[in-house]
Amino acid sequence: MDSQKQAIKGAKVLMVGAGGIGCELLKTLALSGFEDIHIIDMDTIEVSNLNRQFLFRQWHVGQSKAKVAREAVLKFRPHINITPYHANVKDPEFNIDFFKQFNVVLNGLDNLDARRHVNRICLAANVPLVESGTTGFLGQVTVHVKSKTECYECQPKPTPKTYPVCTITSTPSKFVHCIVWAKDLLFAKLFGDKNQENDLNVRSGDAASSSEHTEDVFERRLNEDPEQYGQRIYDHVFGYNIDAALANEETWRNRNRPKPIYIKDVMPDKPQQQNGNLDDNSVNGNSTVSAMPSLGLKNPQNIWSLLENTRIFLESLKLFLVKREKEIGNLTFDKDDQLAVEFVTAAANIRAASFGIPMQSLFEAKGIAGNIVHAVATTNAITAGLIVIEAIKILQSDATNYRMTYIVEHPLRKMLLMPVEPFEPNKSCYVCSETPLSLEINTNRSKLRDFVEKIVKNKLGMHSPSIMHGTSLIYEVGDDLEEDFANNYALNLEKFLSELPSPVTSGTVLTVEDFQQELSCSIYIKHREEFDEEKEPDGMLLTGWTPAPSNDDTRPISNGESSSNASKQLPGTQEDSDEISAVAADKEIALTGSKRKQSEISDVDGEVAISACTSGIKGSNQKPEEVDDNGDDDVVMLDENPCKKKRLQ
Amino acid sequence: MDGEELTAQETALYDRQIRVWGVDAQRRLSKSHILVSGMNGTVAEFCKNIVLAGVGSLTLMDDRLVTEEDLLANFLIRPDEKEFGGRSLAEFCCDSLREFNPMVRVSVEKGDLASFDGEFFDKFDAVVVARCSLAIKKVINAKCRKRSKGTQIAFYAVDCRDSCGEIFVDLQNYTYAQNSPDDCLLKYPSFEEAITVPWRTLPKRTTKLYFAMRVIESFEQAEGRNPGETSLADLPRVLVLRKELCEAQSLNESQIPVGLLERLLAGTREYPPVCAILGGILGQEVIKAISGKGDPLKNFFLFDVVDGKGVIEDISNPTET
Repeated sequence: MDSQKQAIKGAKVLMVGAGGIGCELLKTLALSGFEDIHIIDMDTIEVSNLNRQFLFRQWHVGQSKAKVAREAVLKFRPHINITPYHANVKDPEFNIDFFKQFNVVLNGLDNLDARRHVNRICLAANVPLVESGTTGFLGQVTVHVKSKTECYECQPKPTPKTYPVCTITSTPSKFVHCIVWAKDLLFAKLFGDKNQENDLNVRSGDAASSSEHTEDVFERRLNEDPEQYGQRIYDHVFGYNIDAALANEETWRNRNRPKPIYIKDVMPDKPQQQNGNLDDNSVNGNSTVSAMPSLGLKNPQNIWSLLENTRIFLESLKLFLVKREKEIGNLTFDKDDQLAVEFVTAAANIRAASFGIPMQSLFEAKGIAGNIVHAVATTNAITAGLIVIEAIKILQSDATNYRMTYIVEHPLRKMLLMPVEPFEPNKSCYVCSETPLSLEINTNRSKLRDFVEKIVKNKLGMHSPSIMHGTSLIYEVGDDLEEDFANNYALNLEKFLSELPSPVTSGTVLTVEDFQQELSCSIYIKHREEFDEEKEPDGMLLTGWTPAPSNDDTRPISNGESSSNASKQLPGTQEDSDEISAVAADKEIALTGSKRKQSEISDVDGEVAISACTSGIKGSNQKPEEVDDNGDDDVVMLDENPCKKKRLQ
Repeated sequence: MDGEELTAQETALYDRQIRVWGVDAQRRLSKSHILVSGMNGTVAEFCKNIVLAGVGSLTLMDDRLVTEEDLLANFLIRPDEKEFGGRSLAEFCCDSLREFNPMVRVSVEKGDLASFDGEFFDKFDAVVVARCSLAIKKVINAKCRKRSKGTQIAFYAVDCRDSCGEIFVDLQNYTYAQNSPDDCLLKYPSFEEAITVPWRTLPKRTTKLYFAMRVIESFEQAEGRNPGETSLADLPRVLVLRKELCEAQSLNESQIPVGLLERLLAGTREYPPVCAILGGILGQEVIKAISGKGDPLKNFFLFDVVDGKGVIEDISNPTET
């Protein structure tokens, strides 16, 4: 025990994330005797954090999580060193040399992107990593030590589901489709960057007939009254566009026909005479501008009527124009922006009504739109305890006892906390081994930009990539590029792969590198003509480090039963600010929030079992006197049947 | 539940957890009253969890004065505070806990819980005891059971020794909704009933820690010690007791490894990561019992850092379940 104390006392640890898990972890580290803790978090404190991030108080809202967490812990452990960084872990200052000063890195992160980044830096710096994640009552803690255990990316992480454009623009069948439409198309069109590509139909009836000049109906006309503008948008997106879509009989042959909704149908009286009173809000700052109070709507759990949704739609749109005019053109949807949530809820509900999809409350809609993950203090506290236990083993180089532990909601084989031996590195992992990848792509129709965005950034998670074809550099990111080169790369981005100066065709091998992450991989290019729009919406297919997922059984959660489940499929999960878990991102266990049934959990766990068993026979590592006569007190192996325990020997 | 709605403040604060257990459960929580006795590190963790979750009220009992030892695993006490004499452990913890959530009423009750008469208990939905001897556990558990004010009082006992921990749960007759159309009824034995279940009737794979805890508990009782007042020097006599108990109960002595007993005897301090784990599991169980959501554990939870397993054991007479 004394050697353990010394190891803890002398250790220098890096925590990434001071949120739900982070607060608990910092407290438990301090109590356990750690004296030199560095902590990185770019976030500031929000009200919805306070139910579990117990180091923060109401009056801290808006302040740096890392700094406030430090102050709070120093109150009960005044003499230890806590170094906070209110910064993004992906900033260049946190490079490999920075990571090398630590004995162990502990992750309490909320997104896949940052997790992958930290994983790569830890591999490059050769610093052990303890990774963690929670969602609701489920949690997971894993240990990643270079060349001893698998790395965070040895098993594929499902990337956020994207929907075919036509499902969103024309044929929604689920509420989530309406949310994506309201958030990523309508909200973005009205309040976001005007230069962004957007698939909304902007042509009005009049414009379509006069082919000379097509006016964008979403442009507010000079001196146009905010209310009139709102009504015009309403009639266009919920009325005219639906009528226009109905004209295409083919689309509706096997589908329910949607119902166009015009203002006059919903509000036969003068819609101008709303109860809304702008002056009510005038004392408040932007963040508190809200359409609900002025319309007498209080409870976010209630499902509004079509009339109420219409009123909220018009009122919130008006409030944006009147109260937040300066932000228009720069807004992106933010789940903590009350007015944005109201607008998106109302717009999604009206669209849902049009397509015969059940409407939802603001509470639910916010969960789906904001990718909000369920979170409670207890699971985070347990997770933090498990992280510290593994961290201490790492400091003592107690490699045979490293465990990954699942926290489950329903006992599996009598267990609520279930330890499993870590897996060996995946020999064909493109991150921690040097395995080539292969990419099927239409080289004549895909631009370099598509490749960079969809593969290099989204799939491979690189931030500052450079792309080589043999010895010639075809693309590079950096602040210090010479102008000639930068211009050249910009030109290349818009070229089809086969038309690049050094053409990329079937059989080409590209080398993609990220210097910050010290990661390099080779990609074999294979030309393919056609892609299935439903199954391969990217229009390209990357394979190599894992077997391609078999179809239906590994599909990401999509029953729509739980809002956060469905939400994980929306594009752009990165905007989440809560703990999206490793659990959730891994499909190996219970990505499913609290509603998944036990049998389903054990199904998913089946994968764990198989890889555990193929990774070699594990001996008992307990003291002889503690081995009972069954000799089965070994590490638990998971298999399809939760009642059986697999014996290794 | 009645139609009372959560306030806007509650909805904003509890947003993420309402997404886990729903509005009804949140409302039930906010009307519940919890009593804890024995403010150690594990209980501090538990209190933090349920105050954050938004219970109606929390009453703390522990009249001891703060010592250096109490600071080790309890983050509710600031080290400079021990200088201020005269205030009890419970009073210091109360101040910190109030800050965690202004919507929860946290208060202190003075006195010895075991000597309180039954009516005192009627105010509470759940009672949690820690640092508590075998005899006291039985007494308080029995008092909780005797009350029949319509709603039953849930009883929990928690112990953390070295890197091991145990939670005992008594929900008496507990009905809760499951996925199936019929409600599920669980019958819990009292602590006294549970620990007298003959060991030979328990499944062979029963966690060794369960037996080891019983041996230590009996040892302290026989020696008239307070919980945790043990050291390695006690091992020879503990081994004698192990032999006696195992012979009487027809259990192979190897089911209670010497190494485990050594750790429990020597490690009288709480191990903070285990406090976090036990406090988390206990918090979750109390939230389940009050909200009526989720399968509560029956009736022992045991955790040992050495194997890393968090195991549920059902220790009850087959005839009674």
